[in-house]
Amino acid sequence: MLNRFMQMRLRDLVILAVILFALPLFLNNPFHYDLATQMAIIAATVVGLNLLVGFAGQISLGHAGFFGLGAYFTGIMTSNYGWSSVPALVVGAILVGILAWIVGRPILRLKGHYLSMATLAVGFIIAIILNNERALTGGPDGMPVPAFTVFGWELSPFGSYNLLGMELNGSEAWYLFAAVVLLVAVWLAQNLIDSPIGRALRSVHGSEVAARVVGVDTARYKSLVFVVSAIYASSMGSLYAHFQGFITPAVAGFDFSILFITMVVLGGMGSTMGVILGAVVLKLLPQVLADFQELETVMFGAILMLTMIFMPKGLLPTIQMAVGRRMKKKAGGQA
Amino acid sequence: MSALIEVKSLDKAFGGVHAVEGVSFSVEAGQVYSVIGPNGAGKTTLFNLISGLYTPTKGEIVLKGESTAKLEPNQLAERGMCRTFQQMQICMNMSAIENVMLGRHLKLRSNLFTTLFRLPSLLRDEKACRERAAELMEFVGCGDYLDTEASAMSYGALKRLEIARALAADPKVILLDEPAAGLNAVETAALEKLIRKIADQGTTVMLVEHDMKLVMGISDRLLVLNYGRVLAEGTPEEIRNNPDVIAAYLGG
Amino acid sequence: MFAEFLQYLFTGITIGATYALIALGFTLIYNASHVINFAQGEFLMIGGMATVSLTAMGVPMVLAIILAVLLAGVLGMLLQRFAIAPAKQADVVTLIIITIGASIFIRGLAQLVWGKEYHVMQNFSSDEPIRIFGAVLNSQSLWVLGIGAILVVGLVLFFTRTLIGKAILATSMNKEAARLVGIRTQLVLMLAFLVSAVLGSVAGVVVAPITFTSYDIGIMLGLKGFVAAAIGGLGSGIGAVVGGLLLGVVEAMAAGYISSDYKDAVAFSMILVVLFFMPRGLFGAKVVERV
Repeated sequence: MLNRFMQMRLRDLVILAVILFALPLFLNNPFHYDLATQMAIIAATVVGLNLLVGFAGQISLGHAGFFGLGAYFTGIMTSNYGWSSVPALVVGAILVGILAWIVGRPILRLKGHYLSMATLAVGFIIAIILNNERALTGGPDGMPVPAFTVFGWELSPFGSYNLLGMELNGSEAWYLFAAVVLLVAVWLAQNLIDSPIGRALRSVHGSEVAARVVGVDTARYKSLVFVVSAIYASSMGSLYAHFQGFITPAVAGFDFSILFITMVVLGGMGSTMGVILGAVVLKLLPQVLADFQELETVMFGAILMLTMIFMPKGLLPTIQMAVGRRMKKKAGGQA
Repeated sequence: MSALIEVKSLDKAFGGVHAVEGVSFSVEAGQVYSVIGPNGAGKTTLFNLISGLYTPTKGEIVLKGESTAKLEPNQLAERGMCRTFQQMQICMNMSAIENVMLGRHLKLRSNLFTTLFRLPSLLRDEKACRERAAELMEFVGCGDYLDTEASAMSYGALKRLEIARALAADPKVILLDEPAAGLNAVETAALEKLIRKIADQGTTVMLVEHDMKLVMGISDRLLVLNYGRVLAEGTPEEIRNNPDVIAAYLGG
Repeated sequence: MFAEFLQYLFTGITIGATYALIALGFTLIYNASHVINFAQGEFLMIGGMATVSLTAMGVPMVLAIILAVLLAGVLGMLLQRFAIAPAKQADVVTLIIITIGASIFIRGLAQLVWGKEYHVMQNFSSDEPIRIFGAVLNSQSLWVLGIGAILVVGLVLFFTRTLIGKAILATSMNKEAARLVGIRTQLVLMLAFLVSAVLGSVAGVVVAPITFTSYDIGIMLGLKGFVAAAIGGLGSGIGAVVGGLLLGVVEAMAAGYISSDYKDAVAFSMILVVLFFMPRGLFGAKVVERV
């Protein structure tokens, strides 16, 4: 009794799971695994950001602020106050959610470029505070973060683990953990989108007038999706902090915010799988371009411009449309 | 017997221009009530005032005995008023049936928790919602387009879809803003039948239209606006024979 | 006491004039094409860096400045022609990413050509500071203010008296209608970017002796210019100037009297405060949506 949407979602989730669990076949060393883990964590973050940008049609140029707050809350609480990892993550996420709600209400009344500006400002203020409050955060030099610990069991990139009889090193174990987290993040996002609340959110983007007359309290729903995406960011920030073992204020900075939004737009706004692709591409690109050394920045900028000009709908939607057209042609040819 | 909608001395000024001036009328429950007039007469402004998108400069609108001043469109939807738009407001980022399911937003029972974890109560609600939406799409004649992307549908189909969305909330009164605009004769005839069906169900229908044949054929009462003011009000027969109306339309 | 206040005021007005010029550049492009050009700050950077490297190669100062401004202007036109124009009906967000890509690209080029070091530029006139009521004023500040004022007056005349200026305004109000009356909108848009780049680069040249210049100064200055434009109300020329000056002064005062660590936070706090009370900035236009 699965309707068309449920079929599509299940298919997407299964494909993602297959890719994630088959990937280790191609990963050869801890560095590869670490990169893949980072990709997974950041992909989960942009899945949350996509809810705000792609589905609800809002914009946030300061999202790394929430990511950074999650990272630093975890860092400070686990390092300095001996908190355990999971409570730090959860409490951090709740606090960031509350902040997002307080800040979101007035900001989300703004439209277009003014909204961009306001979210940019919030992100910057958070980054500046994190940078300046040395006593609390270690300032621009950053601070160390202990390994992720659950009930005394530690998950560290340097440990050794045994899962179902398989020997795993720390990097591999973290990758598996991050992969599961990503799958859960996607599942939750899909559940949200294909639901009455999800339709209300998407209507804010599709036609705000229609949303209002149908009874959607657009202000409340904008706030809701802003808070949800902030919670996604904060939780992933916390995990990122544990994984990296060390964080600096750059984790809340403008460059990171721009990276997030670029992943969403590049991968395909409104496409959960698309933004994951965006995250992978933008994380891989610097690695690929590193060989070009000095030309790296120039090439990155050029690739960004060219992709957005020629594939304005984003990578995945454009690819899907192209494949769709080829299939139609083939079908037409055979008829 | 108090009317479903009462409009009292309504006035809306944009700067120095009075789009609507001193308009008063009332609509009884179950009627098909049409608003006609030359372009720029203030018909859509009147609709926007009634449906809460504009705030009156002066005057009052009373729905089911309650003043609608300070009520937002979503609050009016809660009180049983739905509308369609002259410039269609369809969410092109969703499928046809999702647009109609959106119309049932106020019947929403799920919360964030049941939604995120897709609990059985949500699944049950979704199934019921989808079934009702499919019914409505059949009713308006869009039954073939259930899962079609809204962006892929024809103009005529989308206009009917918007009506289905408006009906999805089981409204007491539905406001249709130029539903026949851009439709050919065949489509208009189908629209007339549809409006009849809606009225027969007991839903009050308010209509803004230019298509005289449609309006005369279907309305119980008409309101004629000219330059924002009421020119005449009455049954189709009365309006057809009203010399002021004839003059306004034929420039006599 | 008063001397201190005056000092901060001078610093504030000087940097504020720079912000105002960048903000005007944003406003110009926004008015012409509804695009927020995140690469605006890079024009500033090019103005300063190109001038420095040309003078280091022995080119006389005045010629160096002209060449630098020309370079920026050409880059501006190329940006419009090859990055913005092809994007046609793209989303707001997509356009933002394109201009961000452009700014990264330009910065990358600058890094290649000029390296990553800071450069210093000589004051235009004397290095002797001017003393007024106990406050010290860098003579270059007068250049900044003077040239800034000339540019603003020039812009006003350009838009109200020249045909090209009016063509730009017409295109911004209604592109299709402008095309129908024979205005070559593509050309006009490139011109808007040209003028905007010239504004930015001149600002960069004039302010370079006061701040240092390097390949990445464009980012923060560009962002603050954007903030200034938003404070004043996007699309309003007066707003850009007022926003810029206001931002500069408040920032200098805050840095002086409160804390210099949080100097950058001032700009971003100001915009949040302004937008809270005036969602379209100080002089921004109200828009009514027709249904």
